[in-house]
Amino acid sequence: MRRLELGGVRCVAFLSGLALAVVAAGCGGGERAAGSRVIAIDGSSTVFPITEAVAEEFQILSPDARVTVGISGTGGGFSKFCAGETDVTNASRPIKLVEVEACTAAGIGFVELPVAYDGIAIVVNPENDWVNTLTTEDLRRMWEPAAQGAVVRWEQVRTGWPEAELHLFGPGADSGTFDYFTEAIVGEEGASRGDFTSSEDDNVLVQGISTDALALGFFGYAYYEENRERLRLVPVDDEDDSNGAGPIAASPEAVRDGTYQPLSRPIFVYVSTASLDRPEVQAFVDFYLTDGADLVREVGYVPLSPHEYDLVAQRAQERVEGTMFGGAQGVGSSLEALLAASTHP
Amino acid sequence: MALPRNAGFERAIERFLFACASLSILVTIGIVAVLAFQTIQFFRTVSPVEFLFGTTWTPLFFDKQFGVLPLVAGTVLVSVVAMAVALPAGLLTAIYLSEYAPTSVRRVVKPVLEVLAGVPTVVYGYFALLFVTPLLQQVIPGLAGFNALSPGIVMGIMILPMVSSLSEDALHSVPRCLREGAYALGATRAQTTVRVVVPAAFSGVSAAAILAMSRAIGETMIVTIAAGQQPRLTASPLVPIETMTAYIVQVSLGDTPAGTLEYQTIFAVGMLLFASTFTLNLASNWLRDRLREEYI
Amino acid sequence: MMRRRRLNQLGEWALPGAGLVATFFGLAALVALLVDVATDGLGRLSWQFLTSVPSRRPEAAGIYSALVGSIFVMGLTATIAIPVGVGAAVYLEEYAKRGRWARLVEINITNLAGVPSIIYGMLGLALFVRALSFGRSVLAGAATLALLVLPVVILSTREALRAVPPSLREASYALGASRWQTIWHQVLPVAVPGILTGLILALSRAVGETAPLVMIGALTYVPFAPDGIWSPFTVLPIQIFNWVSRPQAEFHRNAAGGIIVLLGLLFLMNGLAAWIRDRVQVKAGQ
Repeated sequence: MRRLELGGVRCVAFLSGLALAVVAAGCGGGERAAGSRVIAIDGSSTVFPITEAVAEEFQILSPDARVTVGISGTGGGFSKFCAGETDVTNASRPIKLVEVEACTAAGIGFVELPVAYDGIAIVVNPENDWVNTLTTEDLRRMWEPAAQGAVVRWEQVRTGWPEAELHLFGPGADSGTFDYFTEAIVGEEGASRGDFTSSEDDNVLVQGISTDALALGFFGYAYYEENRERLRLVPVDDEDDSNGAGPIAASPEAVRDGTYQPLSRPIFVYVSTASLDRPEVQAFVDFYLTDGADLVREVGYVPLSPHEYDLVAQRAQERVEGTMFGGAQGVGSSLEALLAASTHP
Repeated sequence: MALPRNAGFERAIERFLFACASLSILVTIGIVAVLAFQTIQFFRTVSPVEFLFGTTWTPLFFDKQFGVLPLVAGTVLVSVVAMAVALPAGLLTAIYLSEYAPTSVRRVVKPVLEVLAGVPTVVYGYFALLFVTPLLQQVIPGLAGFNALSPGIVMGIMILPMVSSLSEDALHSVPRCLREGAYALGATRAQTTVRVVVPAAFSGVSAAAILAMSRAIGETMIVTIAAGQQPRLTASPLVPIETMTAYIVQVSLGDTPAGTLEYQTIFAVGMLLFASTFTLNLASNWLRDRLREEYI
Repeated sequence: MMRRRRLNQLGEWALPGAGLVATFFGLAALVALLVDVATDGLGRLSWQFLTSVPSRRPEAAGIYSALVGSIFVMGLTATIAIPVGVGAAVYLEEYAKRGRWARLVEINITNLAGVPSIIYGMLGLALFVRALSFGRSVLAGAATLALLVLPVVILSTREALRAVPPSLREASYALGASRWQTIWHQVLPVAVPGILTGLILALSRAVGETAPLVMIGALTYVPFAPDGIWSPFTVLPIQIFNWVSRPQAEFHRNAAGGIIVLLGLLFLMNGLAAWIRDRVQVKAGQ
């Protein structure tokens, strides 16, 4: 018995020591100060691939840097940003007025930085052989609030289409892509049916659409680009010949020359002015706006023109606060004009 | 060798240990408090009747409806599939191991089944999405990538060891004299098992089944990965659905601000989930105690 | 008469036959799962995989930050759960009178063991992340997991304490030792292997838990090992969940590789628990 007792006590001592060592190594970081060396980023799933790429390359250049990126959706990202929990937020739409108010109330100043153009891709499963093009009218009929419970089969969208269930996939209510899409297609931000598969994580949407022959969905172009073998892109006809006749398929060229309407838009990052005071955040933002263009292209989005990037860099340098879009979505506005106006008040 | 005594020290230790034991009660109070507080706030805006009996769940969208039945239907659908797999397989396994298997087989099979129970649920989610669903899609044309059948089957595999091991305990606790009495009357082993032993162990087996059902209802990762995120009231296991647990994960991933109605929906659904599993666990414990009473 | 006999004879081998098939089903499912994971993931295992951090390029991505995060969170969970769990079990087993309060606590613990893990996540979110402002840190995650495993630790420690023969306690009292002295010097050392086994089993459940940590604030991209208890973090199950959610097959291979690492870790832990259990039996036999 005595041998067991000694063995047991030694065992306990060893394991307690181990646990304490683990914790001590952890506590070496000290108080919340350890957290402040981290650049915390969250927000849009659309912008996420760019920010992830920039963060990865940035950390290769500066190994001491620590960047974390989450995907809570544009809305979720802003709520964390305006609560001071993140330094940078990814957004696939401009900041809303209510979010501006929340930031002001919390004393958080922000700098709005467009970083790329995106075209919202409408996709179906490759086995879908009946949808060749879609008009904005078709899309509205499929996604408007009145469609909830009413338009649930393909033959209800356009006569002649197969008699089968319509499985819709789209970003959730926290997503900037969702906000922009509803504004551009349904006419009012946030106005959408609720009975579809919604997720802030666009990867889930890709997975759902690529394994379901009856599926249709939308998300940022980069997610289509990354998964071309699994999806089929649907050209969209906005029935407005002034910006390109007939159905136009989403592509970097169509987004760049403005013919893929109304589903082309700028996407952003927002940085808090307090965080810009930290050298590592400043370095990260600079890196984003210089080397970011190549990464934007690599990921599948459309970089801004060099002149536009200069204007954005100027915004960052001068710490121009506030939003250029007045809380609206900016459907149809010219980014270059807005940038020029805001940096030369 | 007399060790020095210190009454004050003794009492301090006792108080510290008492605090530790009381912590478990605090945890339960904490859970109920957190859930109840937000749920009550929620019911100030939305009527409990609409919540419990409404058939459309779109709390995050334009046309806000707060009927939780689609989520409940999704949860029940997946759980029913899981029980359809786990109950027969688990009970038959228990019968085989308890009444027929030689000791050497039992000694090998039981630990292996325990391994099934110990596999992390995210691994099961992977298995459901990337192995079972494609397999089923070859057999069932038109099966959507996200559906209730695949995670249901995988969940059944996950809870099978629980059903099997608890049922086996129940079968074991049936006294030998009952079996011997049946043999004495000329019954075969199969007849004895089916018509004497299993009915005698009925409350124990039901307890196992109910506990397994509770586990299935509360399971999160398998359904989040493989069942989909579309709340719909349906009885078809072949289309995307959403369970209560997957909804909670979905909304917290999106981080709705505290204090909003959307935030409160997480807790209202959580309260429903907690109440259901709690009730099932109580029922299971009561049945198990009844079995113990009958034979001890 | 003949028909009934034939039915009986049918039943004689149908029942064990069905039982055998059912048992086989369970085993076959496990084999299928392991084979599936192994074929997808074994090829991915390499020193590079174990020492790299997550990346947008699947070939470059690795499990390092998740592995270290898992070990770190587990260590912290153990540090919190051991004193509280063992303390509670000691009180219930050695001090408490068999009254209503003790019975209530027992029922309470059994019920807590059956609460879905996501509910613990909600409690952790409301209490540790928000109310106590731990933020989305290792500490919040470990505290939540500690609450999750507490019932299991308490239950298994009580079993271990019950297995200590009463004669040991009585002899100690007879020699004049106080209750705590008896517990600390006589009972606990004998019960330690059983306590350890239960603890390791509880931790092996915690290391595979995803849902509570997702609620605490799993981030999608955490390319560094945590550097303190306030640090953001990721763990193996969450990294696997991440990779499974991406549609590209290369990321699925990464997920399979991560699963092998996770199962390997679990295997080590359970092996350790079994080894401790065996050592006890050997010693007890002496």
